[in-house]
Amino acid sequence: MAISAQPLLKVESLHKRFGAAAVLAGVSLEVPRGRLVSVLGRSGAGKSVLLKCLAGVLSADEGVVTFDGHVLSEGDAAARADFRRRCSVLFQGNALFDSLTALENVALPLEQTTRLTEREIRARSLEALRQLELDAHSDHYPGELSGGMQKRLALARAIVTQPELVLFDEPTAGLDPLRRNAVFTMIAKYQRQFHFTALVVTHDVPEALVASDRVALLEGGTMCFQGTSAEFSASTDGVVSAFRDSEAALGTALSSIRRGEVVPSEDT
Amino acid sequence: MVRSVGRHTLTLVHTLGDFALFTIRAFHEAAGSRKLARRVVCSMFEQGVRCLPVIVIVGVFTGLVLGLQGYHVLNKFGSESLLGTLVSLSIVRELGPVLAALMLVGQAGSALAAELGMQRQTEQIAALETMGVSSHAYLVAPRLIAALIVYPLQTAVFCCIGMWGGSVSGTMLLGLESGVYWSAVERAVEAHDVRECMTKAVTFGLLTVALCAYQGFHAHRSSAGSGARAVSASTTRAVVMSSIVVLAADYVITSFLV
Repeated sequence: MAISAQPLLKVESLHKRFGAAAVLAGVSLEVPRGRLVSVLGRSGAGKSVLLKCLAGVLSADEGVVTFDGHVLSEGDAAARADFRRRCSVLFQGNALFDSLTALENVALPLEQTTRLTEREIRARSLEALRQLELDAHSDHYPGELSGGMQKRLALARAIVTQPELVLFDEPTAGLDPLRRNAVFTMIAKYQRQFHFTALVVTHDVPEALVASDRVALLEGGTMCFQGTSAEFSASTDGVVSAFRDSEAALGTALSSIRRGEVVPSEDT
Repeated sequence: MVRSVGRHTLTLVHTLGDFALFTIRAFHEAAGSRKLARRVVCSMFEQGVRCLPVIVIVGVFTGLVLGLQGYHVLNKFGSESLLGTLVSLSIVRELGPVLAALMLVGQAGSALAAELGMQRQTEQIAALETMGVSSHAYLVAPRLIAALIVYPLQTAVFCCIGMWGGSVSGTMLLGLESGVYWSAVERAVEAHDVRECMTKAVTFGLLTVALCAYQGFHAHRSSAGSGARAVSASTTRAVVMSSIVVLAADYVITSFLV
């Protein structure tokens, strides 16, 4: 798919403070249409805060967010509503409704935000479940599904409204390496299948580099790197290489410990 | 000292305004919500059917105790025949609406605050907002509408059961004539007593459910932080504040209606 000249989502100089702590201190980011972009960063760097500011869950203190050429401001309810119609969010903990079945969870956004008939809603919801290989579990409650199935169910709910942009908040948090691979494969597969633009915030470097078209690194409240996965891998920037090569650094530190050398503690 | 009082006053005024806007917003946005009737019925089941046993049990014992105490006091003045009057007016005017509301707060109100608190903590409320679904209309409005229907019904059940409990005490256990008891009830309870009772029930229902929903909905603002502690703190606050509000509102309504 060709990249349009105009990015689907553009963030300029976004600021967010919590009390005295400036979590986002001028974040700028461009998300090209039809691409999968990952925002990397260590825990507490502000990745989820950035995503929540974009999704409208949190209000940014300063900065401009442009979606498909329209500036999203607090006062412009129409632009915000249009953004919500064309954007979905997949939350870290999936945010599924425990008291609703899988089918009811998927049908919820269609039922509440469209004028489709009951029959059309049911057909589209079942189709979304079938595409994510969950049609056999349509009557199951989220608590009866495995972690991977819940993730797919949350994705089914996110894509049932046919959004142009899907925001993924730490989709692999707390998962083992095999499940991390499976989740990134799922995101990359469905992103290409349904042609949505994906913005993923994560701290899983290897998986993000393989799955993403572009990556950005959030550090110290600003984006210190933006480029392709290949450019990220080749970067000689100190912050980028420290984050990218953290596994190698761990190996070096462990070797030193085994040799009985003193290893300086780092801020975690 | 003055600064502290001023700060607390401003916080109180801000919170009251926020609470009023929260409640108004729920009713206002409910107008555009689809399948509202189905969610109202589910909420009526939660507040009505699930709470009925506790209403019946508390109603029976309230009537039994009132009958017992009232009989012995009236007996001193040779006025046992007024037992029906004492029990029915006490229950219809005061104890029925107040105790039914307190029981509903303890069962349905606490469950509502905890459920909304968990939905806040697990980002279900945020998910609704990002889908473009009004969380006020989807989660809060059905509970408020259900309360306006269920609280008067539960109060009526409480009053009937309570008066029956009084008759059990007076007639079966203490030997008063059943006809004397029930004719006293019939003479004593007038239309304005029932109106007062229902006015209180509707007011308590609206205030307590809105308060419990407000506390659960804003569990993330809790000074207890986040997670289970925040849910626990907001649920406790919801029950305590609702109980106080029921008693305070009872005084205000009574002072206007008597």
